[in-house]
Amino acid sequence: MSILRVTRSALLAAVLTTPLAASADKMPIPADAPAAFRAECGDCHMAFSPALLTAPDWRRVVGQLDQHYGDNVRIDEKTRGEIEAFLIRHASTRNERTWRRDRAAPPHRSDPPRLTGTPWFRREHREVPASLWRDTRVVSASNCPACHGRAEEGSFRKRELALPELQRRKEHH
Amino acid sequence: MLKTVLRAALSTTFVTLAAAITLAAPAASAATPAQLLNTYAAEAARQTPGFQPSAQRGAELYARRFTASEKMPACATCHTDSPLQAGRHAVTGKAIKPLAPRAEPARFTDPAKVEKWFRRNCSEVTGRECSAAEKADFIRFMTEGS
Repeated sequence: MSILRVTRSALLAAVLTTPLAASADKMPIPADAPAAFRAECGDCHMAFSPALLTAPDWRRVVGQLDQHYGDNVRIDEKTRGEIEAFLIRHASTRNERTWRRDRAAPPHRSDPPRLTGTPWFRREHREVPASLWRDTRVVSASNCPACHGRAEEGSFRKRELALPELQRRKEHH
Repeated sequence: MLKTVLRAALSTTFVTLAAAITLAAPAASAATPAQLLNTYAAEAARQTPGFQPSAQRGAELYARRFTASEKMPACATCHTDSPLQAGRHAVTGKAIKPLAPRAEPARFTDPAKVEKWFRRNCSEVTGRECSAAEKADFIRFMTEGS
């Protein structure tokens, strides 16, 4: 294999495994979501796009619903299986090694992976001041609609940022 | 004459359609808060003869601070001091619509959903499941006392 070929395949691999970056402003819930998905995964928090975690990560999340970030949210096995299949069907296919390399350790060892702990999430939110994460209107980094006015519709465009103090940032982009 | 027949035929069609829609619209499990209250009250009365649901006891349960959960010591932690107001999940920050049917008519109309959230939230807040009597008191408070 020539050096050129190697470089090209490396480049291709890089492109294929690049996080959503460019398309991150649109993340709707795929239409084939089982009926239980929004009810079971969208009541305590927003129903997150399956593209936000990889298949192995989703398996861990739905494989320990009795320890769901400190909560017991067990559901019947049939529903759990349907939701798991859906999440895996649309999971991120990002390169596992890159994905995991700079992921922050979860706060509790028993916790499943957090989409807010992924390198991609951190990069996308690097301009967000620490004080805003603690704001009473935000409470949790997983509370997308607090800042992204159309998050529930799967839209995360900068111009849709909802908090007044983020307006300034919008103008800079 | 023809006009009358047509009109009659049309109105019959509409009535049939309307009936079909009315029949199809509510889910099989749809109920009213009063029906749910009666079901829980009847169950409580089987356990404690003479049981009568009490909005006052429901209000006390709603406001009481338990020690099972640091982040969610009371119903009111997420649902605010008044179930007529919108709340916020104490951990995720997600907005929660008001709990009282007067403010949010869809509340307490789906028995399976009501059971699910009593089971989950009672376990979280009180550290145990709620009794039928507590559920009846709670719904009485939601529908009458709040």
